Amino acid sequence: MTNHWIDIRNADVILVMGSNAAENHPISFKWVNKAIDGGATLLSVDPRFTRTSAKAHVYAPIRSGTDIAFLGGMIKYIIDNKRYFEEYVRLYTNASFLVNQKFKMPVELDGLFSGYDAKNRKYDKSTWAFQMDGNGLIKKDPTLQDPNCVFQLLKKHYSRYTPDLVSTITGTPKDKLQKIYEVYSSTGKPGKAATIMYAMGWTQHTVGTQNIRTMAIIQLLLGNMGVAGGGVNALRGESNVQGSTDHCLLFHILPGYLRTPSASLSTLKEYNDKFTPKTKDPMSANWWGNYPKYSVSLLKSFFGENATKANDFGYAWLPKLDDGQNASWLVLFDEMYKGNFSGFFAWGQNPTCSGANANKVRLGLAKLDWLVNVNIFPNETAEFWHGPGMKPQNIKTEVFLLPAAVSFEKEGSLTNSGRWAQWRYKGGNPPGEAWPDAEIMTELYYRVKALYKKEGGAYPDTVLKTTWDYGPKGPGGKIKHVDIHMVAKEINGYFLEDKTIRGTLYKKGSLVPSFAFLQDDGSTSSGNWLYCQSYTEKGNMMARRSRKDESGIGLYLEWAWAWPVNRRIIYNRASVDKNGNPWDKEHPVIQWDQGTKKWKGDVPDGGWPPLSAGEQSRYAFIMKPEGHAHIFGPGLADGPFPEHYEPYECPIEKNLMNAQKFNPTIKIFSPETTTPLDVVFSCDPRFPIVATTYRMVEHWQTGVMTRWQPWLVETQPQLWVEMSKELASLRGIKNGEKVFVQSARGQVEAVAMVTDRFKPFNIAGQTIHQIGLPWCFGWVTPSDGGDSANLLTPSIGDANTMIPESKAFMVNVVRKGV
Amino acid sequence: MGKYAALVDVSKCTACRGCQIACKQWNELPGEKTVNVGTYQNPPDLSVTTFTLVRFKEISDKGEVRWNFFKDQCRHCLEPPCKEAADTAVKGAITQDENGCVLFTEKTRLLNIKEIREACPYDIPRQDPNTKIMDKCTFCADRIANNMIPACIKTCPTGALTFGLRDKILEMANKRLAEVKERFPLTRLVDKEEVSWIYLLHRPEAEFQMTVRAKTTRPVTVARRTFLKPLGTLVAGTALLGSVTSGSDSSRE
Repeated sequence: MTNHWIDIRNADVILVMGSNAAENHPISFKWVNKAIDGGATLLSVDPRFTRTSAKAHVYAPIRSGTDIAFLGGMIKYIIDNKRYFEEYVRLYTNASFLVNQKFKMPVELDGLFSGYDAKNRKYDKSTWAFQMDGNGLIKKDPTLQDPNCVFQLLKKHYSRYTPDLVSTITGTPKDKLQKIYEVYSSTGKPGKAATIMYAMGWTQHTVGTQNIRTMAIIQLLLGNMGVAGGGVNALRGESNVQGSTDHCLLFHILPGYLRTPSASLSTLKEYNDKFTPKTKDPMSANWWGNYPKYSVSLLKSFFGENATKANDFGYAWLPKLDDGQNASWLVLFDEMYKGNFSGFFAWGQNPTCSGANANKVRLGLAKLDWLVNVNIFPNETAEFWHGPGMKPQNIKTEVFLLPAAVSFEKEGSLTNSGRWAQWRYKGGNPPGEAWPDAEIMTELYYRVKALYKKEGGAYPDTVLKTTWDYGPKGPGGKIKHVDIHMVAKEINGYFLEDKTIRGTLYKKGSLVPSFAFLQDDGSTSSGNWLYCQSYTEKGNMMARRSRKDESGIGLYLEWAWAWPVNRRIIYNRASVDKNGNPWDKEHPVIQWDQGTKKWKGDVPDGGWPPLSAGEQSRYAFIMKPEGHAHIFGPGLADGPFPEHYEPYECPIEKNLMNAQKFNPTIKIFSPETTTPLDVVFSCDPRFPIVATTYRMVEHWQTGVMTRWQPWLVETQPQLWVEMSKELASLRGIKNGEKVFVQSARGQVEAVAMVTDRFKPFNIAGQTIHQIGLPWCFGWVTPSDGGDSANLLTPSIGDANTMIPESKAFMVNVVRKGV
Repeated sequence: MGKYAALVDVSKCTACRGCQIACKQWNELPGEKTVNVGTYQNPPDLSVTTFTLVRFKEISDKGEVRWNFFKDQCRHCLEPPCKEAADTAVKGAITQDENGCVLFTEKTRLLNIKEIREACPYDIPRQDPNTKIMDKCTFCADRIANNMIPACIKTCPTGALTFGLRDKILEMANKRLAEVKERFPLTRLVDKEEVSWIYLLHRPEAEFQMTVRAKTTRPVTVARRTFLKPLGTLVAGTALLGSVTSGSDSSRE
């Protein structure tokens, strides 16, 4: 979230699209309800009418996988009806930037942008660049009239997204589109804000990243970024998934969103140079210009005294990706299926139910020599070898299930969707032989290290040079138990020598006050620069519990701690005009005090004076080298403006928007090269029904934590599939009957829930049915509960992130026993 | 007159069913073996192991869909007809404490379930088929007596449930009524002068899956006994429960 949970109460309009907050983020409705009490309007856009829709002022149905068409139509509406916040757009976005004259768009190139390489399914992005003047500064047209300026290109690009075309692609009735556009865009003026609450309903598509980009463009046009009650807000799916992402859960990043080095970047200098952006604009803060301070401090935290200037701070010991290597989820399981892994740690996860194309995952596990599952309950991953269709006698995989402590049985921090790192205390001891994860990892570390010492092996230094200073050491240099406060302090970072910065002496061994103090000379460490300030000489900032709120807008600056530097609403320098006066006088996030020459309110995105101070000031979007928010976003794989493409597996022969059927830059797993399970059937009469998957409030993720809980199983005992009365009648299915849902890749048995909450869509004059089913069930327990809906989903991912397209695919539904 | 009351603001309920689970947890009631019969609602009905149940009803109206949620449970009538009916047969089988909690005792096994259910305007009492003991929501009488708000209200994340002194709850209910009426003109407070659990319904009763028997089936009011409330029996500190408290605002507990 750019904003945070409490801030939802400040919104004038709330759009819930690509999520189902009432069911999957139930506590959020405390704040949604407060906003409604204050007069806010709640909009719900979803293929089916959900518990969120039940509370909404306006509900609009949408066919799964057509969000860019829906939102692109909103961009057209905003521009055509001049609903945008022009001063904001001019000051804070790249709308006025002039783009390379050779840049071409889908309107000219049949759905492609300039630079497409069909063979490699990749773009050469050299034309997606801005025009520069002689001083190396970007050329701009503040009047927004130049035909090559971003604003005019945007207008031209979305001119094609007419209400008629959008309605025919999305299946959303035109009056509903009009109503949503009108209400949402009513916030495109000072003092009004709209927020978007989205989740996996937007990300799990082949155009997932671009779904969110489209919304970001809308929020920028309406001046809703950086303000109270605004922002682009990802509702994270687990209590600490924000924290795990910050600490590099994914393959392409190191802690704090530093980049995983690739093999060709052989020295630290090459690595830092590649990822440190540069600008010649004196008013651009270009915060990522500090990259080397963060990367060197990270290396110092990894390797301690072993990391010296002479040895590139141990950069050579960092594992590297091959150039261009994709090590995302789908690729890992593809490689596993091909037999290219010997072992696998499934730590706190249940991929046989959570992974797209779960049959492929299950078969992949059978190709391993060993599988370690760290979990709190038996689950379909640890038990895969005797699951449906498996022959235990033929499976060589040796499985170890390590019992883990649950979150309440250990101390530590959780980072919520609003980026608050909150300290959590231990409520009791874990039962039996269950250990906290950190203790399991510590034991592993010592055992692996001992083996490397004894036997050697590939890249021994990566392990042998790593520090492990998380508590007092016993004989043999081994810590007895992990002191989790030591981990938190290492993440924050230390001064490693006496250092004088801006006239103040910081002693060796003291904690670094914030990332502004981190150095690139090896004199500081930080396990994650974004968290530098979370645990300082003032104490554990994450454990703060003050309920004081001087802001009046629910910032609660002394409750826990938020990254970065306790800022509660990021990009907040855009919440004021050029003189530092808040656009919204009733909900000021920050404001410039002319007397003290300081900002009041939230921690500003840098303390520089407002824009009217000229070169003393800095642009609002400090993480962009140009200092302006991206309406034109040249960094993504699939285009600088989002364009509608159909889901990889879709119900219609032709994309009605352009000649490209699906996203031209997605990675295709072909059944010819891997497995028949990678097959998709678009527009195939055998699989004519659009399907999507979702979660429910009663179960958690794959259900490992909830399916063993009788009170929860009582409320939701069995897999069901929601379908319209029209489809049920067509298939002769009655409410409550057992049915099979079948895709090209698998089938599940489910109870039919026949409802008016799903309606058939009219897509280009054709009736298209859609169904939906939850993915929280599994065969281990309850015994008659059914299995995971991911047995149906395809192995295809987003062009930028490779997140699987679990939210739009094709199935058939038949009555059981027919 | 009950000392305490609860407001169920149905317009705010998202049917997360946290209340249903919290009730089972506090009262140590077992999960029932259920199957899905084509609805989210489960268990299908109230029982001696399910004191509160969120009921779901779908309405299709001129192409628009509504999905209405109703947290069903004992309303803890100020002058409970179930108690009146019970008193005519087995005195003390159904009691009412000084906080307004209507409580079923083991002696209910001596009562006729049909009569007791029919006496209840909301069809709440249920009977254990084996022991014949009847049971239902206790208003968390044990929690209230120990200065804690009812478990379901404590857990409600959306602000749909609020607990407090009766006069404060009535005041709040009237204020909410005026607010909600702006969006839903037919909003009303159900039987607010007769019950401790006051429901704010933003849609007509027929749009919810709920039982409200016609008033004429209720015993004639003049025939009811009046009760003398024992004074000074509250445990020390109970006054702390005086303010209005929602579960998601547990700071006041």
